[in-house]
Amino acid sequence: MLIVACIKQVPDTTQVQIDPVTNTLVREGIPFIVNPYDTHALEEALRLKDRFGCRVAAISMGPPNAEGTLRKALALGVDFAILLSDRVFGGADTLATSNVLSAAISKLHTEIDEVGLVLCGKQTIDGDTAQVGPGIATRLAYQQLTLVDNVEDIDLSAKRIRVRRKLEGRHEIVEAPLPAMLTVVRELNRPRYPTVPMRLTAVNAKVEVWNNQVLMLDEQSIGLKGSPTWVSKIFSPERAKGEILGDGFADPEGTANMLIEKLLDKDMLTV
Amino acid sequence: MSQQAALFTPLLVASVVFFSWSLYRRLSLVGLGKPESGKIDFASSIKHMLVYAIGQRRVLRQPFGFNHFIFFWACIFLIFVNVEFMLEGIFPAISLAGLPAPIYFSICLVSDILSSLAALAVVIAVIRRVFFPPYPQARTLEAFFLLAVIGVHMLAYLGICATEIALGEESAAAYMPVASQLAGFMGGMTANGLASLHTFFWWTHAIALMIFLNLLIPYSKHLHVFTAIANCFLRREDKPSIQPLEEFVAGNVFGTGQVDRFSRKDLFDSFACTKCGRCQMVCPAGNTGKQLNPRAVINDIKVNLLKNGPLLKQGHKAVMPLIGDTGEGSVPEEALWDCTTCGACMEACPVFIKQMPKMLLMRRHLVEEEAKFPEELLNLFENMESRSNPWGIAPSERTKWCSQLSVNPFEQGVTEYLLFVGCAGSFDSRNKHVTVALATLLDNAGISWGILGKEEKCCGDSLRRLGNEFVFDRLARENVALFKEKGVKKIITQCPHCFSTLKNDYRQYGLEVEVVHHSELLRDLVQSGRIKLQHQATELGQTVFHDSCYLGRHNDVYEAPRALIASATGAIPAEMERSRENAFCCGAGGGRMWLEETEGERINHNRVKEALTKNPDTICVSCPYCMTMFEDGLKDVKAEGVRIRDVAEVLAEAVLH
Ligand code: SF4
Ligand code: SF4
Repeated sequence: MLIVACIKQVPDTTQVQIDPVTNTLVREGIPFIVNPYDTHALEEALRLKDRFGCRVAAISMGPPNAEGTLRKALALGVDFAILLSDRVFGGADTLATSNVLSAAISKLHTEIDEVGLVLCGKQTIDGDTAQVGPGIATRLAYQQLTLVDNVEDIDLSAKRIRVRRKLEGRHEIVEAPLPAMLTVVRELNRPRYPTVPMRLTAVNAKVEVWNNQVLMLDEQSIGLKGSPTWVSKIFSPERAKGEILGDGFADPEGTANMLIEKLLDKDMLTV
Repeated sequence: MSQQAALFTPLLVASVVFFSWSLYRRLSLVGLGKPESGKIDFASSIKHMLVYAIGQRRVLRQPFGFNHFIFFWACIFLIFVNVEFMLEGIFPAISLAGLPAPIYFSICLVSDILSSLAALAVVIAVIRRVFFPPYPQARTLEAFFLLAVIGVHMLAYLGICATEIALGEESAAAYMPVASQLAGFMGGMTANGLASLHTFFWWTHAIALMIFLNLLIPYSKHLHVFTAIANCFLRREDKPSIQPLEEFVAGNVFGTGQVDRFSRKDLFDSFACTKCGRCQMVCPAGNTGKQLNPRAVINDIKVNLLKNGPLLKQGHKAVMPLIGDTGEGSVPEEALWDCTTCGACMEACPVFIKQMPKMLLMRRHLVEEEAKFPEELLNLFENMESRSNPWGIAPSERTKWCSQLSVNPFEQGVTEYLLFVGCAGSFDSRNKHVTVALATLLDNAGISWGILGKEEKCCGDSLRRLGNEFVFDRLARENVALFKEKGVKKIITQCPHCFSTLKNDYRQYGLEVEVVHHSELLRDLVQSGRIKLQHQATELGQTVFHDSCYLGRHNDVYEAPRALIASATGAIPAEMERSRENAFCCGAGGGRMWLEETEGERINHNRVKEALTKNPDTICVSCPYCMTMFEDGLKDVKAEGVRIRDVAEVLAEAVLH
């Protein structure tokens, strides 16, 4: 069985600022990281590999420099790393993205091994849509198990999986036949750290690049052309309320007193 | 040949053969280690041997060291007498008595006195070990047996001399006061009785000697009589905080996960240990109820080598894990994470064993080969890799501390000094005050300085001490390249960890620049009059100074911060019981800053309580980590009204307020 982990390279949003003039993300000089939720998807795939001896493929759609993200996955122990990169994939929304990823997963299914599980992070920290995973499940007609925080059991012979879903204020345990697509939350596991020998092997390991000549998708279904969603504007919301008073660094005591006064004023503290 | 000689000769020959074989078999295991790089400087090696082995300087730092001093000199002297004894046992014609009378008489006098003193020293040592053991686990059978054999050996020697005197066979009787006294007690005995007594003492002495040769020297801690002297000779004066570089190419093995991955000197160290426990008694971890015990670590390495060494030598697999919870011979994994790398153990060890670097090699194995470490470290490692600082704060915030000041970027030819602010000085809210104080003082003195701003990266100290050499190596290379590209020649640091790393560790990467800790620079600026005091900062009241391990023990800077406090306040700061070379760590070094401390007493509580015994109004520190540990510690022990100040803040008080 093959497990596919979908990972994405995202800008480190803690370091992203929005250009106040153009209202766009300032991405220059911002380091890229692996989407944090995806690291948990990858970790779970690797744990299942350790447990059942199945193989793991990491796939990522992105620009050529997203190769670094896949090298990290190789250093953690995936067996195959595939970068889906082509100019025509660019500008994709979640629909077009899931088209490309699904095509890649089908190709892995026919060329390497039967795909039993696809694991995705619950969402990315740059797009926050949480649609790509479900999109893949829909395209491939896989079972769709979202917000998984624990894989309870997998029965490979019966081809069934039981997982726990983390919902608002409650948990839900669901069972489904394989193949299935899981989106995962952070509570699922604690990602591992790469060993140095693995990192060094990963440097020379092969990251395959598949472009559209490989996937041969209809250009109307991918990239900008295949994307019905358009982003018209990105902006930081106006601060509706509140103001910055005092200077905690220059005068910590005075500022703290001011805060207490204000809270007392607004009746938010009881004396 | 006399009957005695007929019996003694084969026994002695067998003993000497067995002794040599035992020593060879054990010590040859050292060859399994990796060769050491670096040359031996004979002149200083001989000096170390004379001062520390022959002169017993470090041993004498403790009151009971004098007892050992007696043993040592009795042992040295009696070696001659014992060689004579052995030879005389085989060839009765050979005797020291054949030497010119003044020489012979002197030897007799010294031997008589030394062996009596040594017998007395045995009694003192036994009493001490029973009632005031140097460390709780010191009452071992091995230790008592060893003392007993030394005692018996000394008494038998005196007994032989006494009977010879009583028999009237000793020409030097007048020069043997103690033996003569004893002979006096034998006055009523017949010649036959005396002869039998002589034989009894002679054989007792012979047997004690053979126990030394066959058992105690090769198989007990008594082996140190040879190895400790050698270890003083082999002492390296390089800064112990520097760990060897690793070469990151595929196929290499990283760190020390098996005993043959230590260096030869590391393995030899384990044979030099005398189990004196000095390291354990000064260790902040061992002192506060943690698992780590540096003495036990050294012992585990030896036991592991003795078990696995012979197998490895023959190409078999090791059977005892080096790191694990499997008892003696394996170092518990948890213990390895307890070390604060404070260096107190190395400073205390009378025979210059380097305990701490061995632990860091094992940490490297855990991190680099197994990716096994306390879970708090995962964030730290990732933050260091992705954002080059321990907290994972965006690098663009590195300059927030100086948002209210006008600070120049470092520029070659324009600014003289680079102020390497460091992560704590840049991001930690309490330590940002220290940075501001320092910056203001530098401007006040008219120093030309600049910063790297958001290009600055962590020096990597914590990474290296935590065993993450891979990421450290990368950071160090990037930093060194940046310094070189910018033409940095002089660096000021306000953090002893940055200081030591830039000054010592980065040398391995070819960085040769002048690095000063702010306490040294500020002291010089005050002394040369470039910084003028406006008043004496008496408002700070009674001060006490806490030495940072990485400034003091690791880099020998003890005076500068003290002098600075003294000139700023007009009074010499109080000293804690454990200060300077013997200072007690705050608990944050070696990457422990980023780890939970759940076992035993908190190290910072221990140290804060010690500081409070001096009734200070202000506790002075010279390190951002110490600052954090003391701030936290004072809050925890609820010491109201006591302040913590960095030495720069102390000076700023006298200059700017
Ligand atoms: S370096 Fe300090 S903490 Fe580590 S073993 Fe030695 S004394 Fe203990
Ligand atoms: S390592 Fe040094 S200080 Fe520690 S017990 Fe051995 S000889 Fe003593």
